[in-house]
Amino acid sequence: MSDSRSCRDFVAPHIAVLPKSGIRYFFDLVNTMSDVISLGIGEPDFVSPWSVCEGAMYSLERGRTSYTSNLGLLSLRKAICDYVAEEFGVRYAPENECLVTVGVSEAFDLAIRAITSPGDEIVYHEPCYVSYGTEIRMSHGVPVPVCTYEKNLFALDPADLEKAVTPRTRAIILNFPCNPTGAVLTDEQMRDIAKIAVKYDLAVIADHIYSELHYDDRPMHTVAALPGMRERTIFLHGFSKAFAMTGFRIGYACGPNSIVDAMMKIHQYAMLCAPTTAQYGAEEALKSARPDMHRMVAEYKGRRNVIVSRFNEMGLSCFNPQGAFYVFPNITSTGLNSQDFAVRLLQSKRVAVVPGNAFGACGEGYVRCSYATSLEDIRTAMDRIAEFLDDLKAGKA
Amino acid sequence: MKLEDRKYILNALVKNAKTTAADLAEQLGASEQEVAAEIADLEKQNIIRGYHALVNEDNLHDKPVKAIIEVRVRPEREGGFDRIARRLSNFPQVTALYLMSGGYDLMIEVRGADLNEVASFVSSKLATIDGVLSTATHFLLKKYKESGIMLLEEERDERLKIVP
Repeated sequence: MSDSRSCRDFVAPHIAVLPKSGIRYFFDLVNTMSDVISLGIGEPDFVSPWSVCEGAMYSLERGRTSYTSNLGLLSLRKAICDYVAEEFGVRYAPENECLVTVGVSEAFDLAIRAITSPGDEIVYHEPCYVSYGTEIRMSHGVPVPVCTYEKNLFALDPADLEKAVTPRTRAIILNFPCNPTGAVLTDEQMRDIAKIAVKYDLAVIADHIYSELHYDDRPMHTVAALPGMRERTIFLHGFSKAFAMTGFRIGYACGPNSIVDAMMKIHQYAMLCAPTTAQYGAEEALKSARPDMHRMVAEYKGRRNVIVSRFNEMGLSCFNPQGAFYVFPNITSTGLNSQDFAVRLLQSKRVAVVPGNAFGACGEGYVRCSYATSLEDIRTAMDRIAEFLDDLKAGKA
Repeated sequence: MKLEDRKYILNALVKNAKTTAADLAEQLGASEQEVAAEIADLEKQNIIRGYHALVNEDNLHDKPVKAIIEVRVRPEREGGFDRIARRLSNFPQVTALYLMSGGYDLMIEVRGADLNEVASFVSSKLATIDGVLSTATHFLLKKYKESGIMLLEEERDERLKIVP
C-alpha cells in the first residue's frame, strides 16, 4: 500500500514552493568527487582560538551545563555591549537591548519574524546570502531584491534602493561586508541609505557578520550609529567569522528594547536559550581572542591580494573587495553561464567554486570564490583555473 | 614599507623560512624588489638572524639525544654571567643557552649522539669549569611542539566542501 493514497500532502503550500538552496545541488556533486580543492567554503579554515575552546571546556569542568537566561548570560551580554560600543560606536543596554542567539542565522530569522506582517515588503541587495529571500517568504512577507553591480563595486546604490521603496515597504536588509561579493559601503552611501530609511520610516536589519574582516584602514562602521537610526536598526552580529567559531553557533542581536523584546518572545518559545557551553566560549573570545582575530584578518588580506591579482592576470575581471573572505570574478568573457562554468571547472580541473546565481539572479555571470583556505591551495586552484581557461580557448574543455 | 607589511613578512618567514620574496610580494600587493629590500634590511638590522629547518628527530634513523641542564654558577665581579656563558656557548654540543631567573642561573640545551656523550660532556667539560657550582641534567624524552609547530598530528580540513 502506498502512503500517498492514505494521506494528503501535509507540507504547507508556502513552504512547498520555496526553492532549495542553489548550493545544494552543487554540494551533492562535489561530494561525489575526490581531490577537489574547494573555494566554495563560506567559513574560516582556522580552528577556533585555543583560549576560546579552553574557556568552553572550563565551563564544563565547573558544571555550567544548565539553561541560561533566555537573553543569554548577562556577563556575555555585557561583554558584547561593551564590544559593540567600543568598535561600532553604538551603546546598547545589556539588560534589555541585547539577545544572544544560535548564530546570526537565528537572529536574522527572529528579526524578520518580529517585524513582518503578511504582505509587507522587505528590500535587500542581491547578490546576497542565500537565506534572505526565503526567510522573508516564510514569514509571508514579500522579498524585494535590488541588484548591485560590478561597476559600483557591488555596493548598494542608494538611488536604486529608493526606487524599490513602496508604501508597503517595511524594512531594508544590509549586509556589508557582503557575502558573496566582499563589497563594502562607503560612508557616503551608508549616510544616504540611512536618510532613505528615516524618510520612509523603515526598519533596517544590519547583518554585520563579516564586519571585522575588512581590509581598508578605516574603523568598522554601522548604520545604527547614524542620526535617527539607532531606534530603527536591528544590529546583528556573531562570532562565527571573525573568531573562527562557526560550530559554536553564537550570534547576537542588539536594538531598541521594543524590537529585541519581540524577538526575545519568539526565541523564548522556539529556542529557549543559546547553548550554554558555546556562550562561555564566546565570552572568552571577547576577553582574550582579539589578537588571534587580528592575525587571521592579516592572513586573509594576504590571500585576497594573491587571488585578486591571479584572476585579473588570467583575464577574468575581478574587483578588489574590501571585506569578507570572498572574491566575485566576472566569468562572462568565457561565454559560459555561472552554472556551466562551475560544473565544467569542477569536472575537468577539480576546483569547486559557487555559481553566482546561487546568490540571486543578478549574480549570473560571476562565481564566488572563498579564500578561507590555505595559500598553497589557493595558488594551486588558480593554476588550475588558468589551465581551464586555456582549454576553453583551445576548445578542449 | 609600512610597519604592518614588515610584520607580515616577518610572520610569514617565521612560519616558513622558504617563503620567497616573489610570493610575499603577491600577498602584499608590492613589488618583488621592495620585499627583497625589506628582507635585506631585516637581516642587516640583525632582526632576522638566520633561516633553519625544523627537524623532528624522532623520525631520524640515528636520533640524537637532547638534554636540558640547569646550571648554577658563581657570577663574577665584573661581567656577571656573561664570560662563563660565552665560554659555554663555544662548545658545539650546546645548542641553546639562556640566563634564567629563579632557582638556577643558566639553562643549557645540549645535544649528543647518545646518552654517554651528553653525560661525559657534563662530567668532564661542564662541571669542571671554574665557577660552575652545580648541574642538574634532564633528558628530553619526547617532543610535542617546537617553535610553535605541533609535531605530532597532521591537521585535517574537516569542513564541508561547500558552505553558503
